[in-house]
Amino acid sequence: MGLRTPLYETHVAAGARMVDFGGWDMPVNYGSQIEEHHAVRKDAGMFDVSHMCVLDLTGARVREFLRHLLANDVAKLTTPGKALYSCMLREAGGVIDDLIVYFMTETWFRMVVNAGTRDKDIAWITEQAKTFAVNVKPRLDLAMIAVQGPNARAKAAKVLGADGERAQALGVFVGGEFGRYFIARTGYTGEDGWEVMLPATEAADIWRRFKDNGIAQCGLGARDTLRLEAGMNLYGNDMDENVSPLESGLAWTLVFDGDRKFIGRAALEAQKQQGIARKLVGLLLEDRGVLRSHQKVITAGGDGEITSGTFSPTLERSIALARVPSNATGTVQVDIRGKLLAARIVKYPFVRNGKSQLANSQP
Amino acid sequence: MSNIPANLKYRDSHEWARLESDGTVTVGISDHAQEALGDLVFVEVPEVGKKFAAGAACAVVESVKAASDVYSPVAGEVIASNSALSATPELINSDPYGEGWIFRLKPGSPAEFNQLLDASAYGKVLEAEGH
Repeated sequence: MGLRTPLYETHVAAGARMVDFGGWDMPVNYGSQIEEHHAVRKDAGMFDVSHMCVLDLTGARVREFLRHLLANDVAKLTTPGKALYSCMLREAGGVIDDLIVYFMTETWFRMVVNAGTRDKDIAWITEQAKTFAVNVKPRLDLAMIAVQGPNARAKAAKVLGADGERAQALGVFVGGEFGRYFIARTGYTGEDGWEVMLPATEAADIWRRFKDNGIAQCGLGARDTLRLEAGMNLYGNDMDENVSPLESGLAWTLVFDGDRKFIGRAALEAQKQQGIARKLVGLLLEDRGVLRSHQKVITAGGDGEITSGTFSPTLERSIALARVPSNATGTVQVDIRGKLLAARIVKYPFVRNGKSQLANSQP
Repeated sequence: MSNIPANLKYRDSHEWARLESDGTVTVGISDHAQEALGDLVFVEVPEVGKKFAAGAACAVVESVKAASDVYSPVAGEVIASNSALSATPELINSDPYGEGWIFRLKPGSPAEFNQLLDASAYGKVLEAEGH
């Protein structure tokens, strides 16, 4: 038996198909994954993301600590509630995890890390925090529900009452405390929406009321097709400890300004000096079929590999992220069960706010 | 609870087979299999004229989640495949035992068909798998 979120019984009662995800028993769908996907693109859907781990970091030197720990620079966070996406690296430059960090006060930052990496993350952060006298507290008392889609905020706000109405004023990538809820305008779908942290004891009740107010229950299956259409990396697929963020489409999250000594910086600078051999690209399958992770990609400059692939319900064709030689462009071939099928390198995201981005995707 | 028609035979890898009046055998995947796979988005059907041994991988069904091989329940030569699945693979979800058929074989040995699982034996396979 795997770990269970406070919503486990709710999912089972709703007839969800449960699967193991990073050691957790999670709903993959409640019926049709494609319908759940479209609910988020066109209206409102919700995901139980309570398996992700909320960490509260406190101490007088917490900002200084995070400038050392993270490859993105929390110096960018000047307004309380503002969030930042960042990689956390080993000294050798591999990615321990990707995460979101919120600036709460000068002595308190909040972090959300992945479920499958929580134990190693907590161990690593706690070890690094010692010399900065920063306290690391996992918030196991909190559940988290992501409501996503063009109508998600409005529908969720109704349920959350006055707290929800006040949260409507949140800007993009900003969070804050509203009564018993921590609400942030973030997500993993390429749509507008919130991630709501709430007392675990209230999760089942709020979930039911969200559902009664027209927010569709969605499983991890739809979450994966939505994030891939939105061109967002999945830890463990698109990057891990064995690859550089510079070869994972994450250069935009690395801040080399000044002489800030973040963990992994020396290794990344050495890589840049030697030249970056590979890059992460979007692929659009020209033939019929479905791209899947680990399929071989054949390019003029050498072979690459698909890191995430799926059928895109919005585009009704197959899309993927792939790590390929840096000079690869144009059309490539993908080995699908021994057949070589044509795919085109395209810019990603593939879909944003419900709209295909393919028209302007010539790289 | 998944639907297991009594007039069909089954393979423990979740294919169904139906003996037609002309002696040919129609093949598809069971209601349980389509439900486990979820929304189907692509089906690779076998070419007409190809010959397969019993248990050989001869078609592929792909859902949003995963790709899965379809194994031939009996040995034989493919005499037809369901071309409607190319544009509408979801027929397998909506009607796995009807419009969602995948291919039809001319069996090598008619006796082989009778050795397949009947509905009650296939039901026990599902039970043993914990469904």
